[in-house]
Amino acid sequence: MKSRKGDASPMPQASRGRRDFLTQGAALVTGAASVGIAAGASAQGLAGQPWERVYGAGFTGYGQPSRFEQPVMRHIGRPYGDLAPGTGASLAPIETLEGIITPSGLHNIRSHSGTPDIDPKEHQLLLHGLVARPLKFSVEALSSYPMTTRIYFLECSGNSNRALAPQPAQVPAGAIHGNMACSEWTGVPLRVLLQEAGLRPEAKWLLAEGADSAHMSRSIPVEKALDDALIALYQNGERLRPEQGYPVRLLLPGWEGNMSVKWLRRLKATEEPTHTKDETSKYTDLQPGGRALQFTFEMGVKSVITKPSSTMKLPRSGTYEITGLAWSGAGRIRRVEVSTNGGATWNDAALTGEERPKALVRFRFPWEWSGKEAVLQSRATDEKGQVQPARKAWLAQYSPGNIYHNNSIASWSVGADGSVKNVYV
Amino acid sequence: MFTSERNAIVIAIGAAALAACASLPSAPGKPPALGTAVSAEEIARFDISIPPSGAGLPAGSGTVKQGAQVYAAKCLACHGEKGAGKPADALVGGIGSLATPKPVRTVGSYWPYATTLFDYTRRAMPITNPLSLTDDEVYAVSAYVLFLNGIIGEDAVMNAQTLPRVKMPNRDGFISDWPPRKL
Repeated sequence: MKSRKGDASPMPQASRGRRDFLTQGAALVTGAASVGIAAGASAQGLAGQPWERVYGAGFTGYGQPSRFEQPVMRHIGRPYGDLAPGTGASLAPIETLEGIITPSGLHNIRSHSGTPDIDPKEHQLLLHGLVARPLKFSVEALSSYPMTTRIYFLECSGNSNRALAPQPAQVPAGAIHGNMACSEWTGVPLRVLLQEAGLRPEAKWLLAEGADSAHMSRSIPVEKALDDALIALYQNGERLRPEQGYPVRLLLPGWEGNMSVKWLRRLKATEEPTHTKDETSKYTDLQPGGRALQFTFEMGVKSVITKPSSTMKLPRSGTYEITGLAWSGAGRIRRVEVSTNGGATWNDAALTGEERPKALVRFRFPWEWSGKEAVLQSRATDEKGQVQPARKAWLAQYSPGNIYHNNSIASWSVGADGSVKNVYV
Repeated sequence: MFTSERNAIVIAIGAAALAACASLPSAPGKPPALGTAVSAEEIARFDISIPPSGAGLPAGSGTVKQGAQVYAAKCLACHGEKGAGKPADALVGGIGSLATPKPVRTVGSYWPYATTLFDYTRRAMPITNPLSLTDDEVYAVSAYVLFLNGIIGEDAVMNAQTLPRVKMPNRDGFISDWPPRKL
């Protein structure tokens, strides 16, 4: 070992010390001969980055992304600032993500009074009102039911409200359209618990209430509760993240995210909707005449190009893949078209995941960029035949003050210098 | 076959049919039925939702004058002098603005039911200490906010009987989209 002290290693001193320690350890196991071979290989000038010449990091109990991926972060919006730092939204950085599943740590968040720190042993779900047998369920009890797993998107009905600003914001796509994400959810169909409690025929709505400090609450039609509503306990294979409703949330596939009440503590069967604050003063869609649509639950058919997108720059002319995400609260995506000339002509994109209803679909379209100005758009059609509306057509339906359910076509311009900008077309 | 047995079979078939037509089928097998009975007293401690009928409103009452004191102590710092807003949402104003290009949505101009004001204040406010107000304080501060909007008089008293009867200016301003409109 002494002979190695003087070698011309390119490694910094700290690493060398560690290497020496490790090679000494290796020598104990394999004998000095193998250490001699490794030292000789380095001396011959074989290729190998510094990290190929040191022993790697040890095991961790919970893995983290590479330190070089640190810039991949959610886009945080806090309308009340430090007054209420957990009130607002944190949007998924869709411009940096691929595939259709959003990593749990990058899933969009919309919270009204921060994230509660819930002890699952103390939490319970109460089911009462118009039922034969009012019941409460511990998290342990809920976890003992046969489980159902599905992939569903979740979108805040305020997603893309930033695309309604007077001037197009020059921010990444996720900061505009990322109040939306897609996960694999596992839990118990709500129908199972309603059958156990004996839902009475006169029950038409369920008041769902969270255990956050806002006690966020919404009225849910019984039809949805009996169809595909899920009492979710797991997200992407692990227990729900606190920000996503740990230990138990409601999951209403395809419907506005606000209704998928997180930290679910109570369900009350009622004859009429309760008209909570978040289904009257908020999440209602003001129309031009001053009246508002209420109980607009389903999220409309929608798509957005994630790459290339706003704030990116194309380094050279040539071949690019235009890719993005499409989804519909009504069911499956049937078609996504891409335009590279501001909607003058459209071409079909290739789809991944289109067999799943109410889940994100990835679309891809090969594009030869000549180096001239272009406007990129995508337009989705769902299995019900609904087509994503143009921006002007969408705007005409609502008051300028409406901020919900914007599913209109998004446009990115590409300049001759390759810079990609958010534009209104 | 005994009637009870027949009924049990009919119920089982009904449940199976329900599950069969649902777009999220249940996992195979009989669910374990692990819910436990819950007493009326326990339900009452959790059941804080108040519908427009006022069902479930607690005993107690509050006046506009009492509400002004509660407001000054617990609401003003966020919602501003006389509900003018800033840093948090304005509670007053905007009546008549909904059809204009710049609609202002407040309790006065937009909220269709006064019961929602009681419900939300009790469950979520003040934001740093929810569930801390007494029912009397919630009635009182609700009265004060309704008074600031010109909806009730200065001498009005809010309680389980009077609050649901308050006619909000935008009571008829909503069109229900459920069940969904036909395309």
